[in-house]
Amino acid sequence: MAERVPAPSGDRPIFEYSPAPESRAVARLQSSYGLFVDGAFRDPIDGEVLKTISPSSEEVLAEVTLAGPRDVDAAVAAARRAFEGPWGSMPGAQRAKYLFRIARLIQERARELAVVETLDNGKPIRESRDVDVPLAAAHFFYYAGWADKLEHAGFGPRPRALGVAGQVIPWNFPLLMAAWKLAPALAAGNTCVLKPAETTPLSALVLADILQQAELPAGVVNVVTGDGTTGASLVAHEGVDKVAFTGSTEVGRRIQESVAGTHKHLTLELGGKAANIVFADAALDQAVEGIVNGIFFNQGHVCCAGSRLLVEESVADTVVDMLKRRLATLRLGDPMDKNTDIGAINSPEQLARIVTLADAGVDEGAERWSPPCTLPEKGWWFPPTVFTDVAPSHRIAREEIFGPVLSVLTFRTPDEAVERANNTTYGLSAGVWTEKGSRILAMAERLRAGVVWANTFNRFDPTSPFGGFKESGFGREGGRHGLGAYLDA
Amino acid sequence: MEVKKTYKLFVAGAFPRSESGRSYVVEGHDGRFLANAAWASRKDVRDAVVAARAAQPRWAGATAYNRGQVLYRVAEFMEDRRDQFVAAVRDAEGGTARAAQRQVDAAIDRWVWYAGWTDKVAQVAGSSNPVAGPYFNFSIPEPTGVLGLVAPHASSLLGLVSIVAPAIAVANTVVVVADERRPLPAVTLTEVLATSDVPGGVVNLLTGPAAELVPVLAAHRDVDGLDLAGAAPELAGQAEAAGATNIKRVARPVADDHDWSRDPGTSRLLRFVETKTVWHPVGI
Repeated sequence: MAERVPAPSGDRPIFEYSPAPESRAVARLQSSYGLFVDGAFRDPIDGEVLKTISPSSEEVLAEVTLAGPRDVDAAVAAARRAFEGPWGSMPGAQRAKYLFRIARLIQERARELAVVETLDNGKPIRESRDVDVPLAAAHFFYYAGWADKLEHAGFGPRPRALGVAGQVIPWNFPLLMAAWKLAPALAAGNTCVLKPAETTPLSALVLADILQQAELPAGVVNVVTGDGTTGASLVAHEGVDKVAFTGSTEVGRRIQESVAGTHKHLTLELGGKAANIVFADAALDQAVEGIVNGIFFNQGHVCCAGSRLLVEESVADTVVDMLKRRLATLRLGDPMDKNTDIGAINSPEQLARIVTLADAGVDEGAERWSPPCTLPEKGWWFPPTVFTDVAPSHRIAREEIFGPVLSVLTFRTPDEAVERANNTTYGLSAGVWTEKGSRILAMAERLRAGVVWANTFNRFDPTSPFGGFKESGFGREGGRHGLGAYLDA
Repeated sequence: MEVKKTYKLFVAGAFPRSESGRSYVVEGHDGRFLANAAWASRKDVRDAVVAARAAQPRWAGATAYNRGQVLYRVAEFMEDRRDQFVAAVRDAEGGTARAAQRQVDAAIDRWVWYAGWTDKVAQVAGSSNPVAGPYFNFSIPEPTGVLGLVAPHASSLLGLVSIVAPAIAVANTVVVVADERRPLPAVTLTEVLATSDVPGGVVNLLTGPAAELVPVLAAHRDVDGLDLAGAAPELAGQAEAAGATNIKRVARPVADDHDWSRDPGTSRLLRFVETKTVWHPVGI
C-alpha cells in the first residue's frame, strides 16, 4: 500500500484556495414569477406571494406565487383539456420529439439551470453542474425514446396513459426530481401538474420556460408553486388520476390516507436510513471516498444517503481515522464557489431538525466529532459531523436526519451486518464495500432495500430503477420500471 | 351415519379453532345449515401474521423451481379431491353442477399457470440496465413480504385461488380472510395446502366477519401489503387508509361482476413484488 500523505498539522490546510465563484449573471432571475398554467405564465387567482431565499446568504432571490385551491383547479383543468385534446391523441413518435427537444434545451441552458439551482437550494455549484442538470437532461433523453415504444415495454399490448398526474417534489434535487416525474409521465402520454417545493421553486419555473421554448402544447405541463397547502389541494383534487410524491415518510403517509378509497393511482418515494457496509477486505481508500459521497453529497439532503456506516470491527478504528482525515480536507462555504464541497442547509427549519437530532446523539451517549471548520456568518450551515459509539437504539441510528451527519456502528459477521442494516422501518438503499464479488451478490440478496450500491454510492442513471422497500415507499422511477408508474397496464 | 367435518382456521400449517372459542353458522345458498365455522378474533389475526412472517424467509429462500413444483402439487391434490370441491362450491354458490365443475377446473388450471411462473417472473419483470458507467446494473423482483388478502365473495374457489396463487408464487406469505358467507371451499382448500408440501405458515386462512378482521390486518405493522379484492368499498377505503401506517402496498377491490375465469395476465403476479436494483462494479 502506498504511503498516505500525512494529515495536515493543526488547522492549516496544505493548500490555500483562491475564491473561484461562478457568475450568477447567467441566472437571469426575475423579481417575481407567476404560475405556469395552460401554456403561459399567469397571475394567480388566489394571489398570495412567497419569497424564495438563498440559503447561503439569506437574500431574497425572487417572489413566487403561493397557489391556492382555485389556481390548482385551473391547472388541473388545463391538464385535463390537454389530455383529452392534443396530447392524448398525439402519436407516441411526436411526443418523443417533444421530449428530445426538452432534453436538448436543458443541455443548452445547463449553466443557467445549475446557477439557479445552487442559488435557490444552497448546494455546491459543482454538484448542480455535474450531477443535477446533466442527469435531468439524460432523464428526458431516455424517456423520450420510450414514448413510441410503449407496446414493447412489457405492460401488455395496449398500455394506456392514466390521465392527469399530480406530482409533488422535494427541495433536495429540485430540477432532477421534476425531470424524474415529468419525463416518464409525458412519455407514457399523461399530462402533469407539478408542485415544486416551497423553498426551491425557481428551477422548475426555468424549466417551464424551456417547455415554452420547446413549444410543448398548452396544458401538458403546468407548474403550481406554493407550500404544503398547495400540494395538499393538488393530491386531493378529484380531477387528478395519478399522484406521485417524493418527500418525507410522514407526508407520504398523509397522502396515502388522502387517496385511500379513490380511483387515484399512487407512487411514493419517501425517506431512508441507508446502511453503508464496509468489510475489512474493501479497498479502504476507495471506501472512505464512498462514505463521504454517501453522506456528505448534497449536505446529506438525500433520501438514499448512507447515513449509517456499518464497518467491520477489525478495521473500524482505521476507517474512522481515515474518514476524519478526509473530512478535514472538505471545504464548506459559498455554494457558488467551484471548489466548495459542502454547501448550505436548505432552510432554517431543516437546520433546526438536524441540530435537534445531533443534540439527541450527544444526549444519548454517542461521541460527536466535526473537523475544524468555520461556518459563514450569514445563511444556514451545519458542519460535517461523525458520531461514533452509536447504538442501534439511538435516534441518530434510527431517524432520518437529512443532513451531513454520519452514525458509525460496527459488526463482526456478515449476518450481523445484514441484521443491523435491515433493522429499520426504511428500505430505500444500501451500500456494500468489499473486494469479493460473491459477497457483494450475497449481501445484495439479503438487504431489504430498493437500491444496493457495491463499491460506489449515490450513483444514479435514467436507465436504473430507483425506489424503496417498506416505509421508503412504493413504485419505481427510472428505467423500464419507471414507465409502469404512469401506465394503466 | 355420516361423520361430519369441523371447519377450523388454518394457521402455521395447523388447524386450530379460534382462540376466542367463537363460531358462526354458515348457510348454503339455499339457506340450509352447512356447518359452524370458526369466528376468528384479533388475536387469531396476530397469530396468523406471526406465522406468515416466520415462514416468509424460508419460502423466499426456496429455489423458484422448488416453489413451482409445490404449486403444481397443489393442483395435483385438488384434482384428487375434485368432486369434493365441486360439491363445496355448489353448496356455497348454488348454480348448476356444470358451472361448479367449470369453476373447479379453472381453479386447478390457475395453480398450474402460476406454478409455471415462479421461475420466469424474474426474467420477465427483471432487467439489466445499461447505465453510463462501469457497473453491471440489474433489477430483480423480490417478494413484498407478508400480505393480507380479502377473498372475493362472487367466486368462492376460483376467486380465492386467483389471489392466493400469484401472491405466493413470487414468495410472499399470506393471511387470507375467507369470504364470510362462503368460507367452506376456502377451508377445504387449506386441507389440500396442508398436505401438498406448501410449508406451514405460507398460507394462513381465517374465517369470520371481514368487518372485524380486515381492520386488524390493515393496521398491523408487520403486514407489508393488502389485497382487498373482496372487501366492500367502505371497508376497503378504511383499510387502505389504515394501511398508510406503514406504507402498505394496496390492491383495491375488484368489481362484484368481475369475471375470474378470464386470462389473469401478469398483473396480480407483479402486484406484490419489490424491484431491487444492484450496482455491481466492473473492473479487472
